[in-house]
Amino acid sequence: MGHTTYVPHVEEERAEMLRAIGIESVEELFGEIPREVQVERLNLPEGMPEIEVERMLRALARRNRTDLVCFLGGGFYDHYVPAAVDAILQRGEFYTAYTPYQPEVSQGTLQAAFEFQTGICRLTGMEVANASLYDGGTAIFEAMTMAARCTGRSRVLIDQAVSPIYRKMLHTYSAKLRIAQEEIPARNGVLDQEAMSAALDDRVAAIVLQNPNFFGCIEDYTGIIERAHGVGALAIMSVYPISLAIVKTPGEMGADIVVGEGQSLGIPLSFGGPYLGFMATRKSLVRKMPGRIVGMTRDAQGRRGFVLTLQAREQHIRREKATSNICTNQNLCALAAGVYLALLGKQGLIEVAELCADNASYAHERLTAIPGVTRTFKAIFFNEFCITLPRDARDVIGDLIDRGFAAGFPVGRYYPGMENVALVAVTEMRTKEEIDRLAAALEAVV
Amino acid sequence: MKLIYEQSRPGRRGVRVPECSVPRAKARIPARLRRKEPAALPEVSELDVIRHYTNLSRLNFSVDTNYYPLGSCTMKYNPKVCEKVARLDGFAKLHPLLPQLRNGGMLTQGALKVLYELERMLAEVTGMAEMTLQPMAGANGELTGAMIIAAYHAARGNDKKRFLIPDSAHGTNPATAAIAGYGVTPIPSDGEGCMDLKALEKELSDDVAGVMLTAPNTLGLFEKHVQTICRLVHEVDGLMYCDGANMNAFVGRVRPGDLGFDVVHLNLHKTFATPHGGGGPGAGAVGVVEKLRPFLPISRVIKRDDGTYALDYEAPQSIGYIAPFYGNFGVLLRAYAYLRMLGAEGLREVSTHAVLNANYVRVKLREKYETPYDRMCMHECVISARRQERHGVRALDIAKALLDRGFHAPTVYFPLIVHEALMIEPTETESKETLDAFIAAMEEIAELAETEPARLHAAPVTTPVGRLDEAAAAREMILTA
Repeated sequence: MGHTTYVPHVEEERAEMLRAIGIESVEELFGEIPREVQVERLNLPEGMPEIEVERMLRALARRNRTDLVCFLGGGFYDHYVPAAVDAILQRGEFYTAYTPYQPEVSQGTLQAAFEFQTGICRLTGMEVANASLYDGGTAIFEAMTMAARCTGRSRVLIDQAVSPIYRKMLHTYSAKLRIAQEEIPARNGVLDQEAMSAALDDRVAAIVLQNPNFFGCIEDYTGIIERAHGVGALAIMSVYPISLAIVKTPGEMGADIVVGEGQSLGIPLSFGGPYLGFMATRKSLVRKMPGRIVGMTRDAQGRRGFVLTLQAREQHIRREKATSNICTNQNLCALAAGVYLALLGKQGLIEVAELCADNASYAHERLTAIPGVTRTFKAIFFNEFCITLPRDARDVIGDLIDRGFAAGFPVGRYYPGMENVALVAVTEMRTKEEIDRLAAALEAVV
Repeated sequence: MKLIYEQSRPGRRGVRVPECSVPRAKARIPARLRRKEPAALPEVSELDVIRHYTNLSRLNFSVDTNYYPLGSCTMKYNPKVCEKVARLDGFAKLHPLLPQLRNGGMLTQGALKVLYELERMLAEVTGMAEMTLQPMAGANGELTGAMIIAAYHAARGNDKKRFLIPDSAHGTNPATAAIAGYGVTPIPSDGEGCMDLKALEKELSDDVAGVMLTAPNTLGLFEKHVQTICRLVHEVDGLMYCDGANMNAFVGRVRPGDLGFDVVHLNLHKTFATPHGGGGPGAGAVGVVEKLRPFLPISRVIKRDDGTYALDYEAPQSIGYIAPFYGNFGVLLRAYAYLRMLGAEGLREVSTHAVLNANYVRVKLREKYETPYDRMCMHECVISARRQERHGVRALDIAKALLDRGFHAPTVYFPLIVHEALMIEPTETESKETLDAFIAAMEEIAELAETEPARLHAAPVTTPVGRLDEAAAAREMILTA
C-alpha cells in the first residue's frame, strides 16, 4: 500500500471497512477468482512521482519536431487556438463529467452541445446536427450507412478526390456490410462529373463528395447533386468547417448529409487525435441519423432545459438494430468547437478564412514562380493547393525538412502517377516572411 | 441561461484577427463559389464567452465537484498532471502526417516511444500478445475487435454466422456484432448472475464466431465459469471477446489473457484515468493473442534494432485503417502518464480499493435495499429498488433524490435483467467519508420512500431545472437555436 496517492484510504479505514464486510484481508475480496489466474506482480516499470513523470514527458516532447514551419495539411490544419478555448476546456465541471444521463445536473454539457449543433447547422446551411462523432472519417462511414437506411439501397459512389485516408477507413468499416463502394477517378484535380453521372442509377444510395477536396480544390456540386436526386440517391458531402465561413455551403448546393472533421475549430493537431467528427442533415432524415442529439424542452415549472433526445435510435435501446454502435460523442472536442465559433464569431471566422485564402494564394504565386515548379490543377482552391515539382515530391519535401520546413505532403503516397506533386497548406498562422523563406528554400533545393 | 446565440450584439467581437500581410493575389475565390449570407454565428466579446461557458460549467455535476458513482463508467479522479503533459507543445502541435514524410518517423520519436511503450504496458496488464491503440472509444474498440475476429475466420475459411452475447451485456455489444456482419444470439443468465452454461452449450455450434463477455460482468460479478466458457467456445473454433469496460476490478491482479480470452478492449477513460469529457473523447485500446496479430489495424509502431521507433504500414492480412492515424493520441498520452506514475504496485492498489469500496457500499446498503446477487462483488454492486417500488418509489426517483443531496446518481435500469436496477460504482479514489455520506443519503431516501414517497417523486428540487419533459423534446424536436 502507499504506491499511489490517488487512493485515499489510510490503514485504519481499510481495517474498518474489511470488518464491515466481514472479512480479514483484502485478498478475500478476490476469493471467487481462482488463485492460478491471479498474478502477483505485473512486469511494468516502477511507479514514479508526478515530478519525474512530467520531466520524462517533457524530454519526450522535445524529441518531436514541432519546430518545423508547418505547411502540412491534408485535412488536418495548423490553426490558431485562442487562449479562451483552453481556459474553458480546463474547467473540471466540463471535462470530468460524463454523458448527461441525469439532465438536471448536466445542463452545462447539454446546453453547450445544443449550441454546438446550432453552430454546425449555421456553418453548413443544414437543418439539424448531432452532438458529434469520433472523427471526419468515421463520420463519412456513418453517413454512408445512414444513406443506405434512408434509401434501402446499397451502392455508393465516391469521388477519388475524397481524402484517401478516409477512403481507406471506409473500406475497413464497410467490409462486412453489404455496401458496394465504387470510386470515380478525379479529373484535373476535381470530380469527373460525367463519369459519376454515368454511374448513377436507381441502385445508388449515395454519392460521396468532399469540398475542398483532398487536392484543395473547391467546386460547386449543385449539378451532380441534382442528378443524384434525380435517381433517388442522397448526396453526402465532407467539408472543412473554416472554409464554410466564405465558401458556398453544402446546404446551398442541396446536399443531404454533411459531415466533416472539426479539428480546425479550436482543437490541437495532437498527433492525430482526439479530433471531432460532425454530421448535419435535413430535419426529415433526423430519425435515421446516428449519434447523440440534444433537444430543447421544459421542466414542470416551465423552465427551459436540454435533454438527450430521439434516443430510440441508439444502441442502449435498440441493441443490434440500432442506427450505429456509437455510444458517446466526442463531447469535449465539440465544446472546444462551440467555444471557438463563439469567440471568432460571425466576422472573425470570415476574416480567418479570408486570411487563409489570401496567404495560400500568395504562397501559390510565389512557389509556382520558381523555375521548374508548376501549377498542377487549374481549379480554384481555398487554402491548400497542389504544385508539380521537377523531381519526386517526397525527396524535395525531405530536403526541405533539413531547412526547417514541413513543406507539404507528397501526393504520390496515395495517388500513383503523381509522385512529383506536393500538397501545400497555408493557414492564418503563416506569415509572409515564412512563405517567402519557403519559396527561397524550395528554389534552392529544386 | 441564455444561449450564447441569444447574447449577440451586432458588431461585437471576441478575437482580433491579424491584418493580411501578403499582397492580394489573383487566384481568388469567385462569387459563384461563395456563400450568399454570412453564417449567423454569435457576436460576443471574449468575456461574454468566458462568463457564459464558465457559468454553464457550474450547472454540471462532475468528478471534480461531486461524488459520481455511475456504474459501469468508472468515474475516478483524473490526475491534473496528465492534463498538463498532454498540452505540451511538443505533443499538442505535432502534425500527424509528419511520419509519412521521408524518414518521417525520426521527426516524431518522442510520440512514437509513448505509443510503443503504452502498447507494451497494456499488453502486460491484459495478458495479451499485442495491442492496438487506434480505436477512438470503447465501442470503436469493440468493433475493431469484432472485425479482427471476422478477419481471422475469413482467413481460415470458416463460415461463421453469429455471436453469442449474454442478456446482461452492454447495448454496444450486439450493435457492434451487427456492424461486423454477424447475427446475435442472446444467452440468459443463471440465478447467480453468471452466464447460464447449459444455455450456452445448447447454442454452441460451428457457426459461432465468438462470445462477447464482459469481465467482470455487468452485475459487477466475477463470471465464475469463464475458463470453462473459453474452453467450450475454443472447441468450436470460436473466439472469446472480453469487454474490458470493467477492468478497474482486475487491473494489476487478473488478466483477461490468463482467463482464456482472445481479444480484449480497454476503456482508457475508465480504468486508466483519462477524463470522460462529458461523453468523449475516450480511447479503446484493443489487445489480441498472438494468432490474431496479423489482423491488427494499420499502422503498427515498431522498435528497430538501433532503439529508434518507426511505423509499419505493411500488413497484408490487416483489417485496414480504423482511425485516420494512431488513435486519440492526446488521450493515450494521459493514460501513459498515469501508468508511469502508478506502476505495477499502484495498479494493484487500484483494483484492491475499487473492490473494497464497492463491497463496503454493498454490505451497508443491503439492510434497506434488495441486493439480488448478495455475494462478493467486484468494482461495482447492483441493488434493486423492488422494496421501494411497493411504496410507488422507483429507481429513477431514488436517482433524482440523490441529486438533491449532492451526489450524482448511480446507473439506473441497467443491467436490463435486474428489476429497478441501481448500479453503484464507487471507484478507488473515493474516501470512506464520502462513501459513508452517500450511504447515509441512500438510507434516508429508503426511509422517505416508506414515509413520504411524494417528496421523492418531486425530486430533484435543488438543481438548476427539475425533471425535464423528454416526450415533449422528442415530439417538438427543437434541435437548434
